[in-house]
Amino acid sequence: MADEPKVPPPGGASETPAKPAPAEGGAGAPPPKAAALPKPPAAKPAVKPEPWSSPLLDELQRKFPGALSDGVIFRNLPSITVTKEALLVVCEFLKSEEGGGYALLTDETAVDYPKREKRFEIVYHLYSFQRNDRLRLKVLVGESEAVPSVAGIWPTANWLEREVYDMFGVQYEGHPDLKRILLPDGWTGHPLRKDYDILKQDDAWVQANLGIKSGQ
Amino acid sequence: MAETTYLDASELVINMGPQHPATHGVLRVKLKLDGEKVLGSEAIIGYLHRGVEKIAENRSYAQFAPYVDRMDYVAAVTNGMGYVEAVEKLLGVEVPARAQYTRMILAELQRIASHLLWLGTHALDLGAMTPVFYTFREREEILKIFENYCGARLTTHAFRIGGLLYDLYDGFEKEVLRFCDYVGPKIGEYGTLLTTNRIWLRRTQGVGVLSAEDAIALGVTGPVLRGSGVRWDIRKVQPYEAYDKVDFMVPIGEHGDTYDRYLVRMEEMRQSVRIVRQSVERLAPGPIMGKVGKIIKPPAAEVYHSIEAPKGELGYFVVSDGSTFPYRVRVRPPSFVNLQALDPMIRGHLIADVVAVIGTLDIVLGEVDR
Repeated sequence: MADEPKVPPPGGASETPAKPAPAEGGAGAPPPKAAALPKPPAAKPAVKPEPWSSPLLDELQRKFPGALSDGVIFRNLPSITVTKEALLVVCEFLKSEEGGGYALLTDETAVDYPKREKRFEIVYHLYSFQRNDRLRLKVLVGESEAVPSVAGIWPTANWLEREVYDMFGVQYEGHPDLKRILLPDGWTGHPLRKDYDILKQDDAWVQANLGIKSGQ
Repeated sequence: MAETTYLDASELVINMGPQHPATHGVLRVKLKLDGEKVLGSEAIIGYLHRGVEKIAENRSYAQFAPYVDRMDYVAAVTNGMGYVEAVEKLLGVEVPARAQYTRMILAELQRIASHLLWLGTHALDLGAMTPVFYTFREREEILKIFENYCGARLTTHAFRIGGLLYDLYDGFEKEVLRFCDYVGPKIGEYGTLLTTNRIWLRRTQGVGVLSAEDAIALGVTGPVLRGSGVRWDIRKVQPYEAYDKVDFMVPIGEHGDTYDRYLVRMEEMRQSVRIVRQSVERLAPGPIMGKVGKIIKPPAAEVYHSIEAPKGELGYFVVSDGSTFPYRVRVRPPSFVNLQALDPMIRGHLIADVVAVIGTLDIVLGEVDR
């Protein structure tokens, strides 16, 4: 009974086999080169994202020329970057049936890269029941730019965007009720920014509201 | 225009919580009431915010693992499992079969424990005093198994990146199977206390109805989504560990009300028992740790990995810059997202139903606030 195969399961955690140094330009064209080696029993997992090509991406490129870039795939999860201006129309399309039916916004969050010109990467994780597939969208915004809110498309974005605003100070355009969610309303600063030190806190708020010098 | 006095007002704004036994932690709900009827509400959260995601950026991958147990502290095993799997995915590590089945056994036991806690407290909130004593007794048996395995009952830190630290102790299989034999009939027993109980039916049927469309729009997952009739379980649709090799069924509700969610969770416990039995059967001697270096240094990339936690989809979005510390770890907490559905679910209902809906959403504030 207890004879489960120990080799990598076909559908389980096994990933795409390693490509020897993926070239950037050539999308598609699976490399049969690695298979020629005599013993590749444990295929090494890819160590970096590879260019992504799919009918959905082609469709998106055709419908929204110039709006999408950096289509990559890593560990079976494709990721594309959308311009801020095209975000809402692309999201509307992806949610519709012809666009893949990405009806569930699983998560929305941000990553801070202070050294970049546009420091925030707003990351959306979409899920499609129709295709049983996930897709990652990214929007790059600078310090003083506002992101269009997707709360009108996926109501679940309401709280998720409030959290991003709370933690990163990213402004949203068209959000129904943009205010802090986890931290107190009077707090200053946005803790998940990279320039907010881990020991830093709003001393004035802590002193005024808790009557102590430090929250530590 | 005559000046209005407070006597003219029919609306009343009151606070429920943050210190209220029925809010299951420090949740504060601001309710706008007209008599007993709820006109609107606002959930005020953050009382337990500890900055888990910030801590992650200042710890190495392995150091951060114990912290995730402190989010959903009644389901620490599944929390830890989601995190180690996300890092394994980032590294591209294959976990040995023995470790996979061990993880599944403990995770499903944890699901039963979490649902038992939910059942006891939910019933207590609605006036049924008895079940909580029984469910805590059964939950205790699960916690004993955890304690025997890894020394901790609640914040277990049971798994390591790449597999397991400890192999199973002698007699583990026997103990787990004995528990399965024991708890199976017990779940039926709770059913006799509640499933056809007239008071229970009146308090739960038609309360907090959530249609399938609304549930998807609000992003709710787990038993709440399934209670609304959407047969969607990550263990089935995007299997992780060895869930594709065991046989189990995903129960769904019909009406999307509190009663259906109760039935769904009760059936999930039975299905978890089935998964545990099959996993025990497939446990074979073998290695318990995959090929992971002493120092975990993943490639510069990002992964999103999610599992079916007892409360819904628990996702980890890990961004690596190629160093030994994660650049960013985002936790997608099921409780946080599900709590957002509270307001639409209680509008127009009575104030007593607020308690029922908070209970049926099965939130843990440690995870909501992180």
